[in-house]
Amino acid sequence: MSPRVAGPLLSILGLSVGLALLDASGLAFWQGLMINLAIFTILVVSLNLASGFTGVFSLGNIGFMALGAYISAILTLPLAVKSEYLPDLPSWLAGVHLDQVVGPLPVGWLAATLIAGLLVAFVALLVGAVLMRLSGHFVAVATLGFLVIVRVILFNADGFTRGSRTFSNVTPYTNLWWAWACAVLVIYAVWRLKRSQYGRAMFAQRRDRWAAQSVGISILRPRLLAFVIGAFFTAIAGSLYAHFITSFSPTVFYFDLTFRVITMLVVGGMGSVSGSVIGSVVVLALAEGLRRVEDVTLLYGLSGALLAAFFIAVIVFRPEGIMGQREISFDRLSTRLRSLRGGGGPEGPETEAP
Amino acid sequence: MASPPAASVAPDPSLLLQVVGLGKHYRGLVALADYSLDLAPRTIHGVIGPNGAGKTTLFNLLSGMVRPSTGAIHLLGVDVTHLSAYRVAQLGIARTFQNIRLFDDMSVLDNVAVAAQRHLPGSLWSAMMSTRAFREREERIRARSAELLDLVGLGDRTDRLARSLPYGDQRRLEIARAVAVGPKVLLLDEPSAGMNPSEAAELNGLIRRLRGDLGITIILVAHDIPLVMNLCDRIQVLNYGVLIADGDPATVRVDPGVISAYLGQAKHA
Repeated sequence: MSPRVAGPLLSILGLSVGLALLDASGLAFWQGLMINLAIFTILVVSLNLASGFTGVFSLGNIGFMALGAYISAILTLPLAVKSEYLPDLPSWLAGVHLDQVVGPLPVGWLAATLIAGLLVAFVALLVGAVLMRLSGHFVAVATLGFLVIVRVILFNADGFTRGSRTFSNVTPYTNLWWAWACAVLVIYAVWRLKRSQYGRAMFAQRRDRWAAQSVGISILRPRLLAFVIGAFFTAIAGSLYAHFITSFSPTVFYFDLTFRVITMLVVGGMGSVSGSVIGSVVVLALAEGLRRVEDVTLLYGLSGALLAAFFIAVIVFRPEGIMGQREISFDRLSTRLRSLRGGGGPEGPETEAP
Repeated sequence: MASPPAASVAPDPSLLLQVVGLGKHYRGLVALADYSLDLAPRTIHGVIGPNGAGKTTLFNLLSGMVRPSTGAIHLLGVDVTHLSAYRVAQLGIARTFQNIRLFDDMSVLDNVAVAAQRHLPGSLWSAMMSTRAFREREERIRARSAELLDLVGLGDRTDRLARSLPYGDQRRLEIARAVAVGPKVLLLDEPSAGMNPSEAAELNGLIRRLRGDLGITIILVAHDIPLVMNLCDRIQVLNYGVLIADGDPATVRVDPGVISAYLGQAKHA
């Protein structure tokens, strides 16, 4: 098998073995961390598609995550809980309970996640049709406005969302396997997209809008496509998050999370899918490590400050991030390994479990 | 100044490109006034003129990148005057730029592929899931792009980044990219700028092949008078945004107005 096929397959195999071991180990903390990593990876890869590929800096993606989380949570609530918990739901929605489970498959939740993704993609289509005509700072401010609007709506639509009160009782469907299955699918889809005509169009109009138009590429279409697909995947991450954390409020989906994801994206490299994965791992590991230092030294707030300092250092010394726009090439990796070890076996790539 | 109303002449579909009364003014400044052109298929048409004569403005108008103040542009009888630049390109007017505009962080091959791909569309799903149909289509886009790179003499440099190419090669890459659009009319803005005499001679041959082998009609803007005189079937001379001469090279060469406005100056430059 060529390294191009073997590489990804072996990384998925390595990931599966790692997940199986972790699953069997019963280490709840590490399991939770790995689920978090999968969710962040989806968020970062989706933002990379919407912003890194197209050069349209979007600050609103967490708004799509929030919508995905709430839609999926509302759709999956069992009837008994729903009537008591969200008594003001309109009747057409009050009767919906996508909580069916067939064997090991939570089909209701999967359907709810898909519906959430499609609804959010539709919202993104409407929002993007207007906002993707903007560029530079304007689009950043406008998408930030979208995030604020989503927050205000979530706070005030208390018949649906319980407003500022915590939305709990969400069924914990998300596990290691679902989270990583989604993450792998999203990584694969976006990675393929980059090497397709769609990806080329996105990168071309990012590089030079006039040159792109001179070869028949519209500015709006590739941007809008990236924005809508990114929103779809982000909503799926929202659903995974909702059914992992099981209780949340609108405050979760705001600046903190927005900037955490942007940090991961920039550290990894805008435009590189493998960079997004690496960025997620590095920043999450760093944040987690620093939090422990915080607990020991009792210097609370230290992790945030150091993480920000790390981010600044990356911007100053390596503004293109760890990977720039490049990808991990399994061809090159295998040649290098062979020359190092004299025909050594293939090595798992960056998505290994810790 | 008051701009004359656009002449409402019925478009002639037998002409490849028909431009009537085209003008562009920025407040008081007239960049181009009352420009007209009837372009027959398979012509190599030259536009010359001193700096600031309106040549690049003309190309920006023809390629839809700047909205004209007056006039109309018809491509094979279809009005393209107010279409977006990317639509104009899709309908068949491609161009190069005076100050090269490549996708310089993309490979040489991808620069051409991004233009060639439009002729082989495929679904989003097939791309995301990398289906067989998708891979075959990619293969054909790459083959077509490699073919065009061979044509301009860059067939051995397909994997390099565009920005790593020397200047003359970047110009030829830009031409390959424009040809990949599949244009009926190709606008070449100063294609020989920055080239040494032997590169310029090669370019001469390339432009003839584009017309001869691919049947592309070419409009050429250049400072390089020998190149234009040598290549073009017909030449227009612009000065301060106004056409001052229009005819075959032999006629234009001896036109007294042209000599005083342009060729005379160029000798002292």
